[in-house]
Amino acid sequence: MAKVSFAEELCKGCELCRKACPKGIIEMGEHINAMGYRPARVEQQKQCIGCAFCAMMCPDLVIRVER
Amino acid sequence: MQVVFERPKSLTDMKFSYCPGCHHGIIHRLVAETIDDLGLQEKTIAVASVGCSVFSFNYFDTDAIQAAHGRAPAVATGIKRARPENIVFTYQGDGDLAAIGTAEIVHAAARGENITVIFVNNAIYGMTGGQMAPTTLVGQESTTTPGGRRPLAAGYPVRVCELLNTLEGPSYLARVSVHDPKHVKEAKNAIKEAFRAQAEGRGFALVEVLSACPTNWKMDPLESLDWITEKMIPEYPLGVFKK
Amino acid sequence: MSKILMNGNEAIGEAAIAAGCRYFFGYPITPQSELPEYLSKRLPQVGGIFLQAESEIAAINMVIGAASTGARVMTGSSSPGISLKQEGISYLAGCELPCLIVNIMRGGPGLGGIQPSQADYFQATKGGGHGDYRNIVLAPASVQEAVDLVQEGFELADRYRMVVMILGDIVGQLKEPVHISVDPARKLPEKPWALTGKEGRKKNIISSLYLEPDKLEQLNHKLQKKYTEIKEKETRAENYRTEDADIVVAAYGMPARIAKEAVDKARAGGIKAGVFRPITLWPFPEKELNEAAGSARKILTVEMSMGQMVEDVRLAVKDRIPVDFYGRTGGMVPTALDIYTEIKRINEEIMEVKPYASCI
Repeated sequence: MAKVSFAEELCKGCELCRKACPKGIIEMGEHINAMGYRPARVEQQKQCIGCAFCAMMCPDLVIRVER
Repeated sequence: MQVVFERPKSLTDMKFSYCPGCHHGIIHRLVAETIDDLGLQEKTIAVASVGCSVFSFNYFDTDAIQAAHGRAPAVATGIKRARPENIVFTYQGDGDLAAIGTAEIVHAAARGENITVIFVNNAIYGMTGGQMAPTTLVGQESTTTPGGRRPLAAGYPVRVCELLNTLEGPSYLARVSVHDPKHVKEAKNAIKEAFRAQAEGRGFALVEVLSACPTNWKMDPLESLDWITEKMIPEYPLGVFKK
Repeated sequence: MSKILMNGNEAIGEAAIAAGCRYFFGYPITPQSELPEYLSKRLPQVGGIFLQAESEIAAINMVIGAASTGARVMTGSSSPGISLKQEGISYLAGCELPCLIVNIMRGGPGLGGIQPSQADYFQATKGGGHGDYRNIVLAPASVQEAVDLVQEGFELADRYRMVVMILGDIVGQLKEPVHISVDPARKLPEKPWALTGKEGRKKNIISSLYLEPDKLEQLNHKLQKKYTEIKEKETRAENYRTEDADIVVAAYGMPARIAKEAVDKARAGGIKAGVFRPITLWPFPEKELNEAAGSARKILTVEMSMGQMVEDVRLAVKDRIPVDFYGRTGGMVPTALDIYTEIKRINEEIMEVKPYASCI
């Protein structure tokens, strides 16, 4: 059981997390945040294994992982 | 459920001003995590340099000083000699460390100053808009090497770890990368070792971190990861040179 | 009071130790190398640190580092090396870090010579580095005064968070008897702004970077306010036989001492001459000069340069009194006879011209 949360207002849409996710569950949103980027998000929380690869790659401390 | 990943204590709340996909953010975080893990936040004094990371004194939640271009190792020497009980680290880019600061880094290393240096190598000058750095690869495009760096006009890249490895002074020299989670883990181990070296009084420690600069490489963040693996690592081999 | 015979550079080093300085970062350059050599021996004896840096640039940056921790720290060099330090000095001013910098001046420009000069006056007082800033500049005219000014210099540096420069000429290579006192009750001031590790408090930042123009303007106003206070409170000068002088010789450092001999010779011959000797070159003692030259018909500025302080002399008297200049440079030293000859020439000049009032 794992939960990953994204502080959308910090995201710069770099997609490093999306590439790093071994389950491929990270996608970039349709909407844009206040900085003008499409923030990363996870729809299928249940698929998250809490590996934190996404958080490790994120340069902007957007991601918080719980397990 | 337990939190397994969150913002380290040794980073302030300030939002990073770096470009999307710039690896400075990852490297700052690894340094802060290391400071947290080793319990050094209240003892650490950070020396910021001049480059994209000029405001790093705002991001690290430790005492900090902003040093002149290239001179951070000398400033760090002054601080550490006056207060050997503190942990002193510099955070420098390739212009700061390998161009204007060459004398200062070589001599701090030669003296075996008990400081830690985090050297971010992105093969270009970021802050000033993408000019050639001493670490720019032959054939690499930059605003001052239009058409690509030509050795006859602009010489060859400088390999800092190999250079410093000719000296007795350093106790730990490593080159790492942060282009995927495996390498991020290895980078953190190296950075931790470099701070441990200081805490244990073993002498000068430097970690060179290969880093992306998507904006000035004129690539998107994911393309820049490939440029690191395909172009930079062959030129700047990863590994521990001295320990 | 017992005295010992000491070389000027070495006495400066010993005075610094007496003032509580425990860190010296420097580089060899003639004619100040005795200072690092002496401190390389003495500082370890008192538990201090001596470090010969790889360049004068590295040295001033090491000073910045140590000063940022609140320690009393100094460096020394001579003219070309002081040029190298200018960026660092600008940073020290912008960061408001205290320290002592010793410049034993030599002939210039360029590599110049190793004999003494006073050709760095502009660099020291008008700012050789970039930006709006000042350093306190103190000019000794004897080895004892160098000792006293070093000790006072550290106090001023800490009190105002300023760079204090000891601007020496011949004194570095002079040997004279000195008494260096250590005040055992001396307490170094608290420095809550210093970098010591953020235990028990919020983090301290030392930086001169202000990208927002209104904030940078504010910093500059803050610095100017400090400089205004220093101008009001910290000028120092010496008057020698200026009370009724027709001719006032304005000079600093060793030439002022030589000028005293010239003035004595002039007085013996009936010429009313005196010496006004600024001790603080910045802040320049304008009020004191105007008082000293109250009844003067002419001021003769004597320098070991092509004429730098002479501009501040003219500014101070607002050209109310005509100002002449006599100088030797390149390492040449004016003799008392040279200066006396000038005084005599000026005296003949002013004696021919009747004071305006008597023409009516």
